[in-house]
Amino acid sequence: MNETFYDVMRRQGISRRSFLKFCSLTAASLGLAPAFAPKIAHAMETKPRIPVLWLHGLECTCCSESFIRSGHPLAKDVILSMLSLDYDDTIMASAGHEAEAIVTEIVEKYKGNYILAVEGNAPLGEDGMYCIIGGKPFVEQLRYAAENCKAIISWGSCASWGCVQAAKPNPTRATPTHKIPNLANKPIVKVPGCPPIAEVMTAVVTYLLTFDKLPTLDAQGRPQMFYSQRIHDKCYRRPHFDAGQFVEEWDDDAARQGHCLYKMGCKGPTTYNACSTMRWNEGVSFPIQSGHGCLGCSEDGFWDKGSFYERVTNINQFGIEANADKVGGIAAGVVTAGVAAHAGITALKRAQSQGEQK
Amino acid sequence: MSSNAVEIPKAVYVYEIPVRLWHSLNALAITVLAVTGYLIANPLASVSGEASDHFVMGYIRFAHFAAGYILAIGLLFRIYWAYAGNEYARQLFLPPLLTQKFWAGVWHEILWYSFIDKQPRKYLGHNPLALLFMHFILVWGTLFMIVTGFALYGEGTGQDSWQFALFSSWVIPLFGQSQDVHSWHHLIMWAIICFVIAHIYVAIREDKLSRQSMLKTMVTGYRTFKDDAPADD
Repeated sequence: MNETFYDVMRRQGISRRSFLKFCSLTAASLGLAPAFAPKIAHAMETKPRIPVLWLHGLECTCCSESFIRSGHPLAKDVILSMLSLDYDDTIMASAGHEAEAIVTEIVEKYKGNYILAVEGNAPLGEDGMYCIIGGKPFVEQLRYAAENCKAIISWGSCASWGCVQAAKPNPTRATPTHKIPNLANKPIVKVPGCPPIAEVMTAVVTYLLTFDKLPTLDAQGRPQMFYSQRIHDKCYRRPHFDAGQFVEEWDDDAARQGHCLYKMGCKGPTTYNACSTMRWNEGVSFPIQSGHGCLGCSEDGFWDKGSFYERVTNINQFGIEANADKVGGIAAGVVTAGVAAHAGITALKRAQSQGEQK
Repeated sequence: MSSNAVEIPKAVYVYEIPVRLWHSLNALAITVLAVTGYLIANPLASVSGEASDHFVMGYIRFAHFAAGYILAIGLLFRIYWAYAGNEYARQLFLPPLLTQKFWAGVWHEILWYSFIDKQPRKYLGHNPLALLFMHFILVWGTLFMIVTGFALYGEGTGQDSWQFALFSSWVIPLFGQSQDVHSWHHLIMWAIICFVIAHIYVAIREDKLSRQSMLKTMVTGYRTFKDDAPADD
């Protein structure tokens, strides 16, 4: 049997006091009641460490970069050791055949008992030739690793929705995890974002490992605890929105005073994520706090939803660059002109027929 | 006019009080919704001073949501009245799309509006072309707006709310994401605005040129006729 999480932590020189602190912090970040801290502690003392297989498909590694910058240093250390990260080609020591052998080893040794974390996605075009790992298409590695895993975590917008490589016209047919054909039917947790917030990632892993079950997911498969509210709902600039105080130009006084970025195309009102509450880099800031609108990076297909800088975005259904208000305004104009013309002809015809009757 | 033609009364009670009341309330709600909806997407110029001194977007959104509730409850009531009311109250929801007579009527109305047919027909209820537009743009359009509207509203009221459970939970994923729902909510608003422009014009025109009363009927509920010939419907 594997070591428990607690054994690993003690071996790494973490005191019991620090361990308990970590448990209560984790409970708090997961939005759980204080009563859950001892449960987490108990789970970590008694459960064997679960290995995590972390695969990389078509991606930019921003998820990994975010993950290793998890705000609370203890959490980072503990989770990195918890993860056992037996395989993560970006940060592991081994390389080449040695590294690839680890994948097979984990799959064989921990059959049905490891978690598969997928960063990036698999391109299906040309039989998957656009992404080759160890001489084989990534999609094959993904199917192989998924076959015997316990659950799958889709890290970031790539694995969750497709992200930039799946943006129109998607030449490589990059496909998010849950849409890969012939993938073993395993529970999938989507953790979208480009990248996802570090603390969200560590919290999801902690939840999976300690409670041995998936966190509550919403209809689209995202953990409800982090993706149940929009950026706009908890934005610290929200009072300016309700008041009707907007940034109208990037360099105006309202921009300096930190008014609402709604008119600058901020996607906060349509984006589900925890940025406005958890923030980034140990709670230092998040895009809106830095003066730029939210891009909506954790939303499905955010690259294809028109400008990042317009509130009413262009829609492509009509094959032209126009937003709903332009299309609608033109239609209403045409109808009004039609009505006016029709009224004119009606009046004319009437005058004619009355003339004939006289 | 021969004396043995079917006698029709001088005035027929067509639109009962609930129908007339709904018509006015619905028109008011649509006006408020369209104006505030446009302003939510394209807000007014910013106000200056402290945020705590103002609630411009708050009031605009409140008016939008309140009018939205009136529209939704109004439609529910109107559907009930289609069941409880007289036969004309049902027309809007159950156009006789499968009868040849209906489509012949639609064709006649097209000829009439194209100035080809000189003689308008006489209808107790709605003429077939009007009914076609009312049913498909107003009724289905309003239903679309109510469903997408509550889906967007439910995003704000949160995942534990009934609005979210009944609407947001399936509408948002159906469209892809929230921004798509916003865009479609806008587009259909414009379709309804187009309907309203044509609807008002045609009502006035028919009042002047057709063989039955229009605007007065809207207020009193009684349809009167300008000649004694039998009705066409």
